[in-house]
Amino acid sequence: MTSTESTDVLIVGSGFGGAIAAYHLAAGGAKVTVLERGPWLESKDFEHDYLLGSSYTRIFDFVVGDGMSLLGGNCVGGGSVVYFAAMPRAPRFIFERKGSIGRRMWPSAINRDTLDPWYDKVSEALPITKQDWDEVTYAGGLFAAACNHAGRTANPVPVAIDTKLCTNCNWMMAGCKFDAKRSLLLNYLPAALAHGAEIRPLHEVQKLVRTEDGGYRVSYNVIHDVDYRVSVGSGEIDAKIVILAAGAGATPVILQRSEDTLGKMPHAVGRYFSGNGERLNTAIIDEDKARDLLGLSREDNLSYAANQIGKGPCVASWDNLDGSLPEFSRFCLEQLYFPPGFGTILAQTPDALPGTPTWFGAEKKKIVEQWQSWLTIFSMTEDDNEGVFGTPPPTGNAVRISQQMLGRGPIRYNPTENTLYGWRQADAAVKAIMEKDGLSKVMPWTNDVVGAYTVHPLASCRIGDDPETSALDDRHELRGHPGIFVTDGSAVPGALTVNPALTIAALAERAIPGIVKALRDRGVDVTYGAPSPDGETSGRRGVAPLVRDLVRD
Amino acid sequence: MQSETVPDRATRTMTLEAFADTIVPGVKRSPEDRAIAGAADDDGAVVAGAVELLETPAAGVVDGLDSLTVMLNGHATDYAAEHGLELDDDVPPFVALSYEHRIALVARLVAPGHPEKDGWVALALFSNMAFDTGAHLHTLDAMAQGHPGLRSMKFAQPDADGLWRFPAYSYGRPLARRHPGTTPSGNPA
Repeated sequence: MTSTESTDVLIVGSGFGGAIAAYHLAAGGAKVTVLERGPWLESKDFEHDYLLGSSYTRIFDFVVGDGMSLLGGNCVGGGSVVYFAAMPRAPRFIFERKGSIGRRMWPSAINRDTLDPWYDKVSEALPITKQDWDEVTYAGGLFAAACNHAGRTANPVPVAIDTKLCTNCNWMMAGCKFDAKRSLLLNYLPAALAHGAEIRPLHEVQKLVRTEDGGYRVSYNVIHDVDYRVSVGSGEIDAKIVILAAGAGATPVILQRSEDTLGKMPHAVGRYFSGNGERLNTAIIDEDKARDLLGLSREDNLSYAANQIGKGPCVASWDNLDGSLPEFSRFCLEQLYFPPGFGTILAQTPDALPGTPTWFGAEKKKIVEQWQSWLTIFSMTEDDNEGVFGTPPPTGNAVRISQQMLGRGPIRYNPTENTLYGWRQADAAVKAIMEKDGLSKVMPWTNDVVGAYTVHPLASCRIGDDPETSALDDRHELRGHPGIFVTDGSAVPGALTVNPALTIAALAERAIPGIVKALRDRGVDVTYGAPSPDGETSGRRGVAPLVRDLVRD
Repeated sequence: MQSETVPDRATRTMTLEAFADTIVPGVKRSPEDRAIAGAADDDGAVVAGAVELLETPAAGVVDGLDSLTVMLNGHATDYAAEHGLELDDDVPPFVALSYEHRIALVARLVAPGHPEKDGWVALALFSNMAFDTGAHLHTLDAMAQGHPGLRSMKFAQPDADGLWRFPAYSYGRPLARRHPGTTPSGNPA
């Protein structure tokens, strides 16, 4: 008789959804095992290098689907290691959204007021700080000045960055070499390890099977550390509780692949995917106009020419986050940086001759030469949850093409008129700001090459009150499959009109009391109530009145 | 000059160079250069290393390059017939097309709905990456070599330890009014 390993809690993925659960459950006394499909890198391993095989491609994933491409983390720490650490809260109206289902998408228990204490808890843990104008980069300052010139407001964005350590190198997507970005590698994950949680990198979960004792057997492949297309081993672990936090591009795929052994999945598994309504525009700044119209100047007699300098998004314009406006017409605009490659290929030249291509060829090359004068504007709109996952690939969540990073996945996304309307409104607002008085020339990125794209995949296995349109109940338990919880971006019901990492993290925090209850019901001696990873307790005090409702029978 | 399925290496290289040059055009390396059409007055994707990148095992497309070469030349032959063009036999059919015709053909191949779009988009992405990032090279080496893409983008030089830092990064003053609904924590209401 062969023996299979066992654990109390098996967590799939180590991004926000996985790391937060790992910390609280390990601190509460449970045996926690985390399987992470990507490698485990730390600040000393992060490189300033575009070479294929450097940290940039080891920890990042780019999955091309039909009509939608997904960008995300692929490493211990997940998205927090590769993201830009912009951490705004979702505006109040978001929780009242109906989308196209004719009823409130969010569970009745969740609104901005009931989520704020959980936002506070995460904000204390990472921590998240307000930026002031002297921490805002040239690119952020330029966008703010352009908004002001166009009669709009603009705000420095709250961030999970220690600005004293930040060098404004703009290599955030390759991992932060300077430990300035407050990724999960610096808070929840080390605290989870200190409490005995085990993290196994390069372990890609394939499938779940229900065991006779009411738990689950989780099978995984061990991935080659350089060529992620190659599996070098496999294994199984039994767990009383499984928490799926593999990301909105992978969690539903694991469940779909497991349907033949687990039984029928809720209808919403692998449906209602949202790309957070994302859209990008590139403005090519007229440097003289930046000086003359906006009064901007910096060292070496330059006005801007600073696309390369910075730390991702610093400034956003929230004038269109107006709850009195109809759904699908609300959005925020945020200054952003993308490195060359991701940040250049889909940009279109505003000067293409009729009948000539906009994203490649001689005219495109001319705008790439002006790269230092580019300003990228990120729109986060309300899309229509129209993404659907097709047949799962044989392993993982994509058929990998390159050794690392690039794969072809089963997501299909055909934007509805609602989504297209939101994009048009956002594009028009960007144009009005950035082309006013000839400040720049603006074009949206093309969707013709890899479809639409998102760095914030959401909602593919979402919470809700309606079993027909939500896969999870309001405590994040998978309907019809007790003991399986989902705590990643796939649980978020829909687009947020802002960067979603803080909302994902707050929802994960909120899910923990219910998971503790489920563990106790299965005989595991675990408690809830750990302080912040570094020991602070004000966040814990803030959520204490809310916990009772989350552990109800 | 070539079999139906396996082009000789010179044909493959020349055809892939011509494709990469259509994505990011460059100046001819010599007056006899046929792969590069000469639609720009400085170096493009070919000199930036597009073929080296496509042939890097890490990119994962090397096994498909023979068939893509054959397919591309097949499309070029069909395109020439469709447009009544007479192709020079000395070079592969795609290479024999002018820059304008290469552009028109590639635009057709990468357009939404083309059944082979995935393959041509992959070629285009790596051609772009060769120029925009030099992804087949350590970036420090690319900078030291005067990589044409990074040079043309005026990519800043790193510090002596090979890391980028920008001590001057901010205009350092308020440049807009904050949204009146901003909460005390600095968030949208």
